[in-house]
Amino acid sequence: MTGLIEVAQTTLEDGDLSGKAQVFAVIGTVLFLGLVVELVRRRRLVERYALLWMSTALLGVILAVWNGGLNWLADRLGIISPVNALFLIGLVAVFGLLLNFSVAISRLSEETKIVAQTVSRLDAELRALRGRAENGRGNGAESGDEAAHQRAGSAGSE
Amino acid sequence: MPEEDRKQLTKLAIVPAYNEEGMVGRVVREINRQAPGFDVIVVDDGSLDATAIVAEREGATVLRQPFNLGIGGAMQAGYKYALHHDYDVAVQVDGDGQHKPEYLPSMLEALQTSGEADMVYGSRFLGDPGYKVPWGRRFGNRIFGVLLSLIVRQSITDPTSGFRMVNRNGIELFARDYPHDYPEVEAILLLHAHRLRIHEVQVRMNARGFGESSIDYPRSAYYMIKVMLAIFIGLLRRRPTPMDGPPPDTGEFEPVAPGAGAAGVHAREGDG
Repeated sequence: MTGLIEVAQTTLEDGDLSGKAQVFAVIGTVLFLGLVVELVRRRRLVERYALLWMSTALLGVILAVWNGGLNWLADRLGIISPVNALFLIGLVAVFGLLLNFSVAISRLSEETKIVAQTVSRLDAELRALRGRAENGRGNGAESGDEAAHQRAGSAGSE
Repeated sequence: MPEEDRKQLTKLAIVPAYNEEGMVGRVVREINRQAPGFDVIVVDDGSLDATAIVAEREGATVLRQPFNLGIGGAMQAGYKYALHHDYDVAVQVDGDGQHKPEYLPSMLEALQTSGEADMVYGSRFLGDPGYKVPWGRRFGNRIFGVLLSLIVRQSITDPTSGFRMVNRNGIELFARDYPHDYPEVEAILLLHAHRLRIHEVQVRMNARGFGESSIDYPRSAYYMIKVMLAIFIGLLRRRPTPMDGPPPDTGEFEPVAPGAGAAGVHAREGDG
């Protein structure tokens, strides 16, 4: 087994990812994609974010497997070791995702705030209405005159 | 209403309170005694104690926030309530007893007579503050005061004072857009950006009724930096805009009782 890999490595050009590393990258990505799909299936992750993660993972695995692409990219970026180009791209992708989440969280907290404020106002108004309704009923049961009097009074004040 | 008030303005005192069961009752009573023309609404900002119950027992309407929103969100809930119920004037009176309701009549007077101010606020530093302000606060105040005065081209001696009274323009603005964490300084910029005018009156405040200031040293450093950032990014905006996303909550809902205006409903509550 180790012999086989050594043979494979001798055919690699300088700077290419080894076959071993590529196998790990593919296995890792497949497991990761499986996890994402499972989270969506259990409704713990919405599709929008699932797509984001899946496309990031796919980009990573393509670059890990396709040595030509990675070498070309590293060359363009002026990075000597292609594997560093891979790390750089991974890091940039992660930063992008995180910033995206901060934006999403900011929007969520703004929306949550508005909902909370509206709920509290409706709650206060409902209590006020209910209190008045109960007062009206109570008075009616005790003495009809008083309730009628109060109705007249409140009508006059409007 | 028992007190005659000129032009029949409807006035609301907004009392933000977070775990203030020991103090909020006294604040509500004091407002009712010193400024009987004001309806009182206590914004219970997700308190874990009996703040809401105490406030209600004193006859205040209570806006119960389902969880803690922070002072900015709590005050905005109050302004939204004021907007929905058609109040002409709203004033912030902190639930910790720091702001003295005895100043409300003179602040109202200033709001009506001081050449069309949209916000009148009580400054501790126009004269002698009357109590020892911790140096950190004083220092922060000085820095923000200088910065704000430069930006709004008017002397702002106490930018962190929350003791503020606004007219209808102010209510409409703050219901639509109000800063989050430490809103006082940013709110002044917001007023300025919307061409609303600010007027200072001299007040004294109580040292906080209970315990120590909620802002300790690491947090006041964070406070300074955060507000600075808000100021400078605010300057980069042509006009402050609410965050995009949900449309601002400005009153799509019908008034509570059909036939009766929301303000009318409130007035009757006061009579009963």
